[in-house]
Amino acid sequence: MDQFFTSSILTATVASGIALATPFLLASLGETMGQRSGVINLGVDGIMLLSAFASYYVALRSGNLLLAVLAGAGVGLLMGIATAFISVTLKAEQGISGIGVYLFGLGLSDLLFVKLVGTPLPIASLDSFRIPLLSQIPLLGPMFFQQTVLVYFAFLLVPVVTFVLNRTTYGVQIKAAGENPAAADSLGVSVARIRWSTVLIGGTMAGLAGASLLLYDGIFQQNLTQSEGFIAVALVYFGGWTAWGVMGGSLLYGLVGAVVLAWKSLGIIPLSASDLAATAPAVLTVLALLSVGRRFRQPAVLGKPYERGD
Amino acid sequence: MEGTTPATARIRDGVPLLEMRGITKRFAGVVADDGVDFDVRAGEIHTLFGENGAGKSTLMRVLYGFHHPDAGEIRLQGSPVSIASPADAIRHGIGMIHQHFMLVNTLSVADNVALGLRSSRGPLTDPGRVSERIRQLSETYHLQVDPQALIWQLSVGERQRVEIVKALYRNATLLILDEPTAVLTPQEVDDLFAVLRRMAEDGKGLVFISHKVREVLGLSDRITVLRAGHKVGTLPAASATRDQLVQMMVGHALPARDLAAETGATEGAPDRTPSDRAPSDRATAIESGPGVTVGAGTPVTPIPATPAAGAGTGAAAAAGAPRLVVRDLTVRGDRGADAVRGLSLEVRGGEIVGIAGVSGNGQRELAEAIAGLRRPSSGSIVLEGTELAGGSPARGRAVGLGYVPEERMRDGVVPDFSVAENLLLVDSHEPAFSRLGFLRSGEIRRHCEELVRTFDIRTPTLEAPARTLSGGNIQKLIMARELSREPRVLLVAQPTRGIDVAAAQYIHDRLREQRGRGIGVLIISEDLDEVMALADRILVMYEGAIIGEAAPRASTRASIGLMMAGVRPEAPADAGPRATA
Repeated sequence: MDQFFTSSILTATVASGIALATPFLLASLGETMGQRSGVINLGVDGIMLLSAFASYYVALRSGNLLLAVLAGAGVGLLMGIATAFISVTLKAEQGISGIGVYLFGLGLSDLLFVKLVGTPLPIASLDSFRIPLLSQIPLLGPMFFQQTVLVYFAFLLVPVVTFVLNRTTYGVQIKAAGENPAAADSLGVSVARIRWSTVLIGGTMAGLAGASLLLYDGIFQQNLTQSEGFIAVALVYFGGWTAWGVMGGSLLYGLVGAVVLAWKSLGIIPLSASDLAATAPAVLTVLALLSVGRRFRQPAVLGKPYERGD
Repeated sequence: MEGTTPATARIRDGVPLLEMRGITKRFAGVVADDGVDFDVRAGEIHTLFGENGAGKSTLMRVLYGFHHPDAGEIRLQGSPVSIASPADAIRHGIGMIHQHFMLVNTLSVADNVALGLRSSRGPLTDPGRVSERIRQLSETYHLQVDPQALIWQLSVGERQRVEIVKALYRNATLLILDEPTAVLTPQEVDDLFAVLRRMAEDGKGLVFISHKVREVLGLSDRITVLRAGHKVGTLPAASATRDQLVQMMVGHALPARDLAAETGATEGAPDRTPSDRAPSDRATAIESGPGVTVGAGTPVTPIPATPAAGAGTGAAAAAGAPRLVVRDLTVRGDRGADAVRGLSLEVRGGEIVGIAGVSGNGQRELAEAIAGLRRPSSGSIVLEGTELAGGSPARGRAVGLGYVPEERMRDGVVPDFSVAENLLLVDSHEPAFSRLGFLRSGEIRRHCEELVRTFDIRTPTLEAPARTLSGGNIQKLIMARELSREPRVLLVAQPTRGIDVAAAQYIHDRLREQRGRGIGVLIISEDLDEVMALADRILVMYEGAIIGEAAPRASTRASIGLMMAGVRPEAPADAGPRATA
């Protein structure tokens, strides 16, 4: 255990925890937008998988990582369009259609991987970007300021999403659509348009989450996400439908995962117990959810399609 | 309250603000409005009067762009317009105060008011500027609202003011109010009417939707009566009488006593003759009703020590022993806070106890606790020696509790089951109806046919699904089921809410009849007129407790209204000994 409490190991663990938290954060921030407007998208994991594959394929063919990220986001947007069409326009039962989107993403990403790639080859990973000056700070620099651009982007989105939800007319309309869509409708706000927009944002963010996960791992495999998209949905509840809360949940999840990884590599956790240890973040999140999650009130019409009362 | 300007003086020359011509709206083949004409002049309050389902709300929802008419034309200030959505309506200066408030509870007043409007700061909200304008409007129309408050923190009356501010903020020239008084205390109604008059004097046109004769006569300049989707007629309020209006509403004359009881009509309108509420008129009306035995002896002293004290000892014995005794009952509401707080009450055989109060003061939780649907956190509910608190609905039924719930469709019937199945719902295991687990269809049929006949349930067949029945007939069905079990205590929540006048009258008669048979009847109603017409004792519920007790004949709407608003009665006589909060 002593070997874990050295400054170099600790900083490395925190740094990797932040990197691990990033896909969760991106996906759950997008999901927060959708849920605040009343739409629950359970297909996040499927979107992440398909986007991760798109990123992987583009990176493999072009070697251009920026293009790869854009491909991931683009596929996320397309899947967002499909989700919005199903959930908002067709007013489907969101719990069921979300599972459908997930299974579609899971199956198609695997099929495409087998057909188009076959043998997995690693791709170049995203370079970390050292922020001038800040990255020189002892301890804190290596933890926070030697990360990839996607990490900075994800964490910068936290105040942005908070601001949008609380200080813009768009944000007020999102919350109205999720709390009392009839009220929004009666004032001429198109509930469908608001929900379409948040679901597209959520899909794009899930796509970015898939891309960031892929670039962190550097290689694609079947079910790459291992259901992280579902965790991202749970983190929205954990975070009480706020961007800062969601960030806290993502960091908790990422850091516990990083500690488990570090302990495994240091031999603190025996190999025989490593599978069990891998469940630690999930177990911890469930426990935290039980203790924290009930204190927040979810959007009043979460998961309910809006029908004008004729 | 300011005097009303004579209607004629307020009406300006030229074209009306609004003309609706031949509006027809059908829903899946059912005609809600059939060729209805309606117009509103600037500066007038024009009431749409009629029963539930007469087509009042549908007509106005057409005007507000929620529904597209199947036929007809809408003109605003003379020019034809097409209103395809609420956004169109708002653009044309139409505002609507919906029966169910259209407010986002988690947002501030300012955010609710500005929702959907362009902000002066582009994509950003501008709470400062919005709040300032709200304050100006509040001042002009005497509508006190705090722009920063969150909606869930506001009382029902305040929420309604926010709705009005929303319309004014959008410069509405034509304002529709869909049954705005349903959720208000009598005092709040007076305040609202003052605001509406001020708006009319300002030259705005107002459409007031209501089925309460007293309010309609007191507020309106003109009244248009709708019945079953047809316009019956339009008449100036000044020359209209309540009998005439009610007759137009129901299509035939009702006996005089029913008018007072069923429509809440009293002599004149409250604001025109505030001191002349004529409680004696009401009392006579009730006393002449059928089935009144013990209740007829209700004393004229402000508060009786016991319900039948004034009728002498003999009558007191007839009133019977307490059948339902609730002591220090505390019940938690859905939100986790206590909805019922240490409430005590008693219902004796042969009396009707009425619980009045503004909705949301714990009435629903109280009813559910007594019915066994909600577990109280403390206190006791005893029905003739059997403790019901913490028990199941079955325990109450076993010892003689009949329950007619507030949400008929949800809690009272299984909508997709047939009329017969619903009549039998809880008794199918009784030996009279089943043998060795098999239903005795012949017996059941006979039993149901008799109930349908005695309770005048209008249904095509016994097999028709309950959901196809009207609200009044569903209520009759539930009453039939509950009364056929010969309960010792009957609990009825919102006996006639949303029910047509004839059915309401029938149900009231049945409740009085039960009292005559010695059953203890507890009614919970948000309709003060109903409570005053039915009850021998009125308990006023406020914030989860009984704030005071009143005898219907010795009390005015105003004194009960004050209690409904949370003002404790001062006189010691008003503190009912068995109903202390």
